[in-house]
Amino acid sequence: MKIRFTPEQEAFRAGCASWLQQQMEGPFADIRGIMSQTFRADRRLEWERVLGQARWSVIGWPEKYGGRDASLAEQVIFAEEYARSGAPGRVGHLGTELAGPTILHFGNDLQRERFLLPIAKGEEFWCQGYSEPNAGSDLSNVRTRARLEHGPNGPEWVIDGQKIWTSLAQFADWCFVVCRTEEGTKGPAGISYLLVPMKQKGVTVKPIRQITGDAEFNEVFFDGARTKAEYCVGNPGEGWKVAMGTLAFERGVSTLAQQMTFRNELERIVEAAKSNGAASDPLIRQRMAEAWVGLRIMRYSALRMLSRATTGSLGGEALTYKLHWASWRKKLGELAMDVAGAPGELCVGEGYELADLPYLYLFSRADTIYGGTNQIQRNIVAERALGLPKEARGDR
Amino acid sequence: MQFSFTDDQNMIRDSAREFMSERCGSQQLRHDLESAENFDPSLWQTITQELGWAGLSLPESVGGSGLGMVELAIVLEEQGRCLYGGPLLASVGLASAILLECPQAEAREAVLARLASGEATAALAITGDRGLAGLDAIDMTLHEEQGGLRLDGVASFVLNGHVADVFVVAAKDQRAGRSGYAVVAVDTTVSGLRVEKKLAMDTTRPYARLTFESVRDVVLLAADVDGRTIERGVQVAQVALAAEQLGAMQAVLDLTTSYVSQRVQFGRVIGSFQAIKHRLADMMVICEAARSAVYYAACVVDEYRADPVTHAQELAEAAALVKVHCSAGFHDVAGNAIQLHGGIGFTWEYDAQLFFKRARATYNLLGAPVVHREHIARLMGLDDDKEVA
Repeated sequence: MKIRFTPEQEAFRAGCASWLQQQMEGPFADIRGIMSQTFRADRRLEWERVLGQARWSVIGWPEKYGGRDASLAEQVIFAEEYARSGAPGRVGHLGTELAGPTILHFGNDLQRERFLLPIAKGEEFWCQGYSEPNAGSDLSNVRTRARLEHGPNGPEWVIDGQKIWTSLAQFADWCFVVCRTEEGTKGPAGISYLLVPMKQKGVTVKPIRQITGDAEFNEVFFDGARTKAEYCVGNPGEGWKVAMGTLAFERGVSTLAQQMTFRNELERIVEAAKSNGAASDPLIRQRMAEAWVGLRIMRYSALRMLSRATTGSLGGEALTYKLHWASWRKKLGELAMDVAGAPGELCVGEGYELADLPYLYLFSRADTIYGGTNQIQRNIVAERALGLPKEARGDR
Repeated sequence: MQFSFTDDQNMIRDSAREFMSERCGSQQLRHDLESAENFDPSLWQTITQELGWAGLSLPESVGGSGLGMVELAIVLEEQGRCLYGGPLLASVGLASAILLECPQAEAREAVLARLASGEATAALAITGDRGLAGLDAIDMTLHEEQGGLRLDGVASFVLNGHVADVFVVAAKDQRAGRSGYAVVAVDTTVSGLRVEKKLAMDTTRPYARLTFESVRDVVLLAADVDGRTIERGVQVAQVALAAEQLGAMQAVLDLTTSYVSQRVQFGRVIGSFQAIKHRLADMMVICEAARSAVYYAACVVDEYRADPVTHAQELAEAAALVKVHCSAGFHDVAGNAIQLHGGIGFTWEYDAQLFFKRARATYNLLGAPVVHREHIARLMGLDDDKEVA
């Protein structure tokens, strides 16, 4: 058991830190530290391309797909330095963290050759077609359906249905869509995992304005949308396994980048507390310390999780990870607002523009919902880790 | 960076778990609680003589195995699972932690050698009757008299002090021309020392209260002007204590999971109700977080010992955070365990109460979470001058 990095790895750290610093102090100073996913979108997409050209976008991937074959330790280091530099949230993360790893792991050579390099280079962006109006926590209840048709362009999937809460669909070139391809099936059976182009006649994206005033997520309507028959990941009808595999990648190295973002947020709260006097309130001090403890532990759990990843098994730390961070960040949001005090309730500009801490407060309410609500997570922990009985369904 | 056990560490864990569960199950524990020592001396002898756990983490120069804090934490975790009341934590986890911060001199090595071999056990005496944490809590004084030393005062909440052969004592240094603190070793048989066993709410482990009246048979181990020797030793001790808390909280979670999987009401096992499942899930979140924290902190201790200057700050942080999380977490988990057991959880016969009381006792030992959160608030820089943006 070792927690320290080798001198070679520290040298690697210095290398990526200095490149990131150059970018964030130079050409991309204008988008440094942006919290919202959609703000200054054009510049963010440009930043993704620059990352890709410099081969810093997906360093853990094989070289031939635009990565660096970086070791786990190097990926950890890069994630840390990325956030430390103040570089903005990755608009391309649905491709680099979810679609890409899924295609790399479950896809075939044709799919790898077609899709991976454009993701790595920041040339094609992705969104995730999972949730539907009647398939939220109960994801296997999806009703979007696809049928195979033999038309003038060869065999194609024709997709009809609706997805919802689809983050960043407005920028996406592709969507990985979980849909039913076998008539009459229910639940996980008969589901396929299709890669569908977004820029076509049969796809309509309608933004949904959210609690923060932004419209990061969308409704996506598929109305006779088409994709090639060969863009089905895994066998048709066996997509549920792939869909669950994608979710497992959310526990990857990107969690460390997320934590560094959290660390930056906690630092902002500390600075705010020091400047408005809240830092001398004993109760605020206790809550600050508690937040710091929770954040540190998150890092250690992530390192445990990543260290185990090589063995392929999912440990208790991985199964409890989402509950831990989501609950933690919701509390952080509340702490932020309590530190900000009454002035935090005022908008700072024209329109519904909020300062960082109030924005964090509102945004953090999503953390215990998306990617599996806390309630679903507790079922998963109780059933998968503690071996308690599974919830009965009402309809089967 | 490889934050998982090595094969050797897994082997230590497996053999410790096997030994402790075979030899120190619930029945044995109940038996031990009725004895004068609160543990079985013959089992302790097996632990020191055959398993070598007393010397596991002590340097080879004093006859130890020279392994680190991670290995000690593994063994303490397994002892915690059984609520073992023997002196490994008190002697090696706490007292030795302070000894290893003292300058490496003959006197120190002699004490450590006795502990490593299992010939003697030590107990740590650093707090007065109010049981507070920190240097201010020291209620002992060291004077110089007729060319010798004289120790006076009271040390309370001395874990396993009722059976210790030697006390590692923190005192205010009031020798002529001196200031700050001193660390001394005192044999339990010296004249002027009275040792009272104190029954505690936590029946698994009693405390002792020590009264020193002009005790002259004192071995000086360190003149600790700024208190750093004591503080850093206590920080290491906090990590050892947290490892034991981790084992106990995992065990009480396992006990509860097994209970709710068998108990039937309304025609189904109660573990099938979400009200129960969700609370258990929350308990598991706390346990897994504790595991991450404890082994990280144990790694930090090993790095600190290899390079104290570089890693002192990180040790202070890690020690505070494990103490906060494991103390509050263990208390939470053990309290929930009683609730989920219902009436049976409230009985003397059932073990849930023993875990709950151990949680409470260790909550305060070496400083309650509220104290360490305040340390953390300072370490976070909440009192530093405002930076000009």
